[in-house]
Amino acid sequence: MSIQVILSQALLGLNVGVFYAMLSLGLAVIFGLLNIINFAHGAMYMLGAFIALIGYSFLEQWFGISLQIGFWASLIVAPILVGLLGVIIERTMLKRLYDLDHIYGLLLTFGITLILQGLFANYFNVSGTPYPGQPDILSGVVNLGFMYFPTYRLFAIVFSLVVCFATWFFIEHTKLGSRLRAGVENPDLTQAFGLNVPLMVTLTFAFGAGLAGLAGVLAAPIYSVSPLMGADLIIVVFAVVVIGGMGSIMGAILSGLALGLVEGMTKVFYPPAANTVIFFLMVLVLLFRPAGLFGKEK
Amino acid sequence: MSNRIMFIVMLIAGLTAPLYAYPVFIMDLLCFALFACAFNLLLGYAGLLSFGHAAFFGGAAYITGWVTKEWGFGPLIGVLTGTGFALIMGTLFGLLAIRRQGIYFAMVTLALAQIIYFLALQMPFTGGENGLQRIPRGELFGFIDLNNDLAMYYLVFAIFLVGFGIIYRAIHSPFGEVLQAIRENESRALSLGYDVDHFKLMAFVISATLAGMAGATKAIIFEFASLTSAHWQTSGEVILMTLVGGLGTIFGPVLGAITVGALSHELSSFGSWVQVILGVIFVVCVMTFRRGVIGEIQHRLARKKEDTKA
Repeated sequence: MSIQVILSQALLGLNVGVFYAMLSLGLAVIFGLLNIINFAHGAMYMLGAFIALIGYSFLEQWFGISLQIGFWASLIVAPILVGLLGVIIERTMLKRLYDLDHIYGLLLTFGITLILQGLFANYFNVSGTPYPGQPDILSGVVNLGFMYFPTYRLFAIVFSLVVCFATWFFIEHTKLGSRLRAGVENPDLTQAFGLNVPLMVTLTFAFGAGLAGLAGVLAAPIYSVSPLMGADLIIVVFAVVVIGGMGSIMGAILSGLALGLVEGMTKVFYPPAANTVIFFLMVLVLLFRPAGLFGKEK
Repeated sequence: MSNRIMFIVMLIAGLTAPLYAYPVFIMDLLCFALFACAFNLLLGYAGLLSFGHAAFFGGAAYITGWVTKEWGFGPLIGVLTGTGFALIMGTLFGLLAIRRQGIYFAMVTLALAQIIYFLALQMPFTGGENGLQRIPRGELFGFIDLNNDLAMYYLVFAIFLVGFGIIYRAIHSPFGEVLQAIRENESRALSLGYDVDHFKLMAFVISATLAGMAGATKAIIFEFASLTSAHWQTSGEVILMTLVGGLGTIFGPVLGAITVGALSHELSSFGSWVQVILGVIFVVCVMTFRRGVIGEIQHRLARKKEDTKA
């Protein structure tokens, strides 16, 4: 087995890893403040990809608007739209469930997942539609010295890493972020200091949702856009979250990246286990460090 | 008292169902009803949300199909083998899952179930996406031909009653009382000296085993173990059935399974809209109807009683 094969699989694994990182980061941010697990996170990722696809290929055909939203514009439009959906969901539904057992939040978002998935499955092929809007500047391959790698994938990796670390920096090192962390620590006390905690909660949910939408746009040119693309991913991301533990933002990012790498390596050495290796790692973590690698037992 | 009346109603309805309905359809509903009852024991009484019960339901179906088809086991022994497999799997999953609580418990069970799903997809004997086909129904005790739908039906009804009886006994026993104490306040139950983990594990294993029994029976009825029954969407469906009928009520899951099952059946010509409709029911139930049908009736009756007393 040549070193080239291993390195290229490592980079491909890292490519998957950045998506894990972005999604588990969003889940962790939402969980921190709202104490719910957003099952619809995968559906929101799918929604982001579909907004990019519809914006590029179907606006004129469906709505008679002669407008084409390109890839770069989608990177801004899709997260905003998905974030708005997040605001609606939080304000009209989730808000009423905060006093109940947390499992109701999970069940609600599961129902929303079914609705979104079913809606898109009615109009789009389940096996996927290719996204044609990848910009020319990102097509082709780059020479990394030791190997050639698709330019777009490299862009996706770098872009996602920048977004992840910007989020981390924002939460851990800015004034607004410190208020957010105060809200996580003690919502009542934070509210008593005059900060608008309910608004923070809404914006946090919208931000997490938007992050999932952004990941969806980035994924659209790589994987074909399908109604089920988020469903299979979200369960892996759950396992990532259990492995990492939801204690820290950096923990969510790092475990996402690392597990993407592990999955890529498994593809080299024992392909049949590639789609289960993360679940088996989760079993090991549960046995030896039940709170997760970065988690604190609450 | 009202439980006894309900039970008699259920018994009569079950015994006479083949007279006015298509037996295979009722058998399907009975399997889901048992599945939902088993699930309810865990969520409704112990307060543990498993998002991976399809693994037991689907996993047992594959094992039952395999042993009856390849090893020539009879239908009853086949179902028992599948159920035994679910018991072992339930013990292993349970030991892992109870290490985390609440929402993590749901995520862990979901992820563990995904392992079974991928095994069912990739193992050589399972038939991949086509599922395990041509499972023989065989003969019960060597002389009752189960290819006769009526004979099959009464066997399925008997299996359902056995499963239902086990769950009923479990709930109405000191064991069931402790489970409810854990659901209400886990740390208090612990401080009263109950080995909480042990009780949770027991509930998980019983629930998984009976879910497996339902799946194993389904494999025999349809002569087919499908990949769908191991998919997470099936785990979601059983949650919905339990929720619609009434969490933590004896007959709720049965009613919920019949309602949701009949609904999916009626709507099956609408394609993916079924999923949308199920999703909407999910959202409506969680937002406004958390007690479910039976739970709501019981609540109203209890309030009426209080009003008349006052």
